[in-house]
Amino acid sequence: MLAATAGHPGFLSPTGVEIAFVLVGIVTLGAAFITVTTRQLVHAALWLVVALGGLAVEYLLLTAEFIAWVQVLIYVGSIVVLLLFGLMLTRAPIGHSPDADSGNRWIALGVAGASAIALVWVVVDAFRTTWIDLDGPAQGSTDATGAFLFRHWVLPFEALSVLLLAALVGAIVLSRKDREDKS
Amino acid sequence: MHLAYPAVLAALLFCTGLYGVLARRNAILVLMSVELMLNAVNLNLVAFDVWLRDALHSGQALTLFTIAIAAAEIGIGLAIVLAVYRNRGSSDIDRLRDTAETDEAETLPGDADADDATHGTADQATAPAGKAKKAEATA
Amino acid sequence: MTTTTLAVLVPLLPFLGAAAALLLGRTAPGFARPLAVLPTFTAAVIAVVVAVRQGGGRAIDASTQLTPTGSVPIDLALHLDGFAVLTAVLVGLVATCVQIYSTAYLRDDTRYTSYSALVSLFTSAMLLVVYSGDLMVLLVGWEIMGICSYFLVGHYWETPEARAASLKAFLVTKLGDVPFLIGLFALAADTGTFRITGILAAVTNGGLDHPTLIALLLLAGVAGKSAQFPLHTWLPDAMAGPTPVSALIHAATMVAAGIYFVARLLPVFAASGAALVVLAVMAAVTMIGSGLAALAQDDIKRVLAYSTIGQLGYMAGALAVGDRGAAVFHLISHGAFKAVLFLAAGVVIHAAGTNSLAAMSRMSGLTKRIPDAYWTMTVALLALAAIPPFAGFFSKEAVLVAAEHTALGDRDIAPAAAGWTVLVAGLLAAVLTAAYAMRLWLLTFHGRGTEAPDHGRQPAAMTSVLWVLAVPTMAFGLTAGVISDWFDGHSLAPTLTTAVLSTGVGLVGGLVTYGAWRHTTALAARPPVGAVAAHPDAEPALVELEAMTSHTAAYGTIADAPDPSDPGRLLLGPLHRHAVTGFHLDALYSTLFVRPVQAAARLVRFLDREVVDTYVRGSGSLARGLGTAVRRAQTGNVQTYLGALLAGTLVLAIAAVVFANVNAGA
Repeated sequence: MLAATAGHPGFLSPTGVEIAFVLVGIVTLGAAFITVTTRQLVHAALWLVVALGGLAVEYLLLTAEFIAWVQVLIYVGSIVVLLLFGLMLTRAPIGHSPDADSGNRWIALGVAGASAIALVWVVVDAFRTTWIDLDGPAQGSTDATGAFLFRHWVLPFEALSVLLLAALVGAIVLSRKDREDKS
Repeated sequence: MHLAYPAVLAALLFCTGLYGVLARRNAILVLMSVELMLNAVNLNLVAFDVWLRDALHSGQALTLFTIAIAAAEIGIGLAIVLAVYRNRGSSDIDRLRDTAETDEAETLPGDADADDATHGTADQATAPAGKAKKAEATA
Repeated sequence: MTTTTLAVLVPLLPFLGAAAALLLGRTAPGFARPLAVLPTFTAAVIAVVVAVRQGGGRAIDASTQLTPTGSVPIDLALHLDGFAVLTAVLVGLVATCVQIYSTAYLRDDTRYTSYSALVSLFTSAMLLVVYSGDLMVLLVGWEIMGICSYFLVGHYWETPEARAASLKAFLVTKLGDVPFLIGLFALAADTGTFRITGILAAVTNGGLDHPTLIALLLLAGVAGKSAQFPLHTWLPDAMAGPTPVSALIHAATMVAAGIYFVARLLPVFAASGAALVVLAVMAAVTMIGSGLAALAQDDIKRVLAYSTIGQLGYMAGALAVGDRGAAVFHLISHGAFKAVLFLAAGVVIHAAGTNSLAAMSRMSGLTKRIPDAYWTMTVALLALAAIPPFAGFFSKEAVLVAAEHTALGDRDIAPAAAGWTVLVAGLLAAVLTAAYAMRLWLLTFHGRGTEAPDHGRQPAAMTSVLWVLAVPTMAFGLTAGVISDWFDGHSLAPTLTTAVLSTGVGLVGGLVTYGAWRHTTALAARPPVGAVAAHPDAEPALVELEAMTSHTAAYGTIADAPDPSDPGRLLLGPLHRHAVTGFHLDALYSTLFVRPVQAAARLVRFLDREVVDTYVRGSGSLARGLGTAVRRAQTGNVQTYLGALLAGTLVLAIAAVVFANVNAGA
């Protein structure tokens, strides 16, 4: 609709934003592929950083600035660090481990491939003629985000804080060692 | 910008994560794949929010919530993986097959208890600790 | 109290006694004997009072309806006429005597309580049959008697003979009861009522559409209950029960129910000449066949059982010639003297320690040991053989007179053919009756050989009732002139021709038997014959049980003993072999009915085991196979599960998209 009013920019005349998006997307996808296929476990975590960082750039290109920085802070900053700690605590082998994939690999490949074909086909078929209008003020600036988050989404936000607290307590309980073990 | 670009990227990322979940052996790698899938969804949410120019910005708000929930999930997940690793000495998913249906599973549960009892009498001092460990494993 | 109230009490008291005995039997064993004797005795006294009040006058009818029962009403009705009140007195008297006798006969029996309760219940049912004015209520009593008979015959259920006999008694009588029930329904459908008065009124007005069919259906039930040919085979086997049971059920009361029923509904049967001829032929075959069989039996009780069948044949013959007065007259006198015979036989078995006539004939001095049984049994046998002036003479005369009148055309209720059949068969049977009575008397009390063992005096409870019952045996016949007023009114007095004829043939039969006995006794070697009870000093019931068991063990069958000194063997000649087995009727029935049924049962079992069960087992193993296949899928690998789940989801999603596109395209 919006795209129609914008006068059909067309596939053959990509804008600069689009070119940047596609290039960053290729990098992100490649990093994701390496993450799920590499045989070195620590490398997987590091390639995950690349993939998540790439996504943060994509968010920026989509004018969602705040989310992009949150992505960098939380995912790249904390979650990946957590995962690395997890790998170390479970004494994951550093270096080449030949059995990183289970026997399910071919089934997994089939399911994932079929899903990918189906999803891409459906998505392309559905949004062939749809354009995003990125002009105007940034829709995801910190200002705008703060406004909608604390104007319309206060209650879910507070509820989420309770959930985070519960997760915190749960994680402590689960990972705590028992008293008998200490004695 | 053409909407198909972020949509296709999200779909491919999702399927990559899916492959990782199904194919990886180490539980922490499975968690990483789950993160990839979550991020694919986030990308979709943001792209469609921007496209629709939603007044409430539901997509971006949900993306923030998803990130928070993902953080919580990774915390709990890692805690579980650590607990399993401590008990079983391994965090390989395809080796945790206690629920497998085997011929031995047809024997009565009383047999396992009897086995426990003989073990307990053999080593009285460590029996409570052993039992506690077993209880933790089942928890 | 009114006569009606008293009459209601008569069946009710033994019933309450039975219920109380069953309830209190375990907790208070001391009450068992009073509860057995007193209600029955009171009922007997009240029955006498009712009889005196009724006085042979007009029938008393009373009825009440508990609940509406549709198109044909069922009433709790009383119909008290001369037949009913006199039969009730007989039932009460015999039942009281049997209960008193049983207190001694089963004095140590652990199952005495249930035994006496069942006898009380049986008495109650018989009294209900006698007094009832409604056929459905009568049927209730009729069937209760059947089941009580089953339990009582099977009292010694430890022995296979008693179990088989009780089953046989039940099944054979039920075989007759099915057509009987259909006949009752047909009768009610024709007349629109179950009340006896209503039915009789309808018959008088010619309201019966299918008299022959109804009469024949009812006759089947009567033949089963009253042990008439061809359904009589259960009665000799029913002697496996205790002797008092034989006396009460299989001589004086239950078998009388069939005769009594026909007597009540005689106009229904009289409406069909064919039915009367069938009844006459049935009675004739029964009389002669049972007489021959009785002459060959070795078990004293089986002799009496066949004798009962024969005497019932006389009653059926009287009914076949349309004289119910004579039938019920003979029923009552026979009830008295046959009760004496059975109860005395119980005493004899106890004293001799055996039930085998062959063994008794090798035992001397039995008369000195049990003089009461000797004298009362002699009197009762004379009555059975119809020697004047005992009761049997008058009642049998009444039957023969009625047959003669019918044969000569003086009475036109029944066809002359029926009259001739009954008369000729009756005279022949009189010879046989006298012969087997003589044989029984001689073999039992005039044996020669070792002295009979001394077990002391028989209990007073057992001997006294013999004398009580001996009184009507001797004197009842003298009332023949009076008692006809209680019945239909025509004379029951003997006439000269038949009296001379029947007494003459009776004497001939007795004397020929005596001669044969002298002959065989002189000739026979005297090998000791076994079959004597192991514990002769125990209670009489146990002695009888052991006697029966040892009889089968010693001779291979309860009916026969290889005794060359038996006069019956000489008299019957080549017939003896067949008469012992009741003319092979049991074998015939076994071939005709039992074996086909067993073969059908085997076929059904085969079909069930091999055909039906195949499907059952197949479904079981199919489910098991499926279960095994599903179990294979449960590898425990979560990733496999998840992969399968997602693959399924994917298929569903693609299918949804494709169908959406197809629908959109269409």
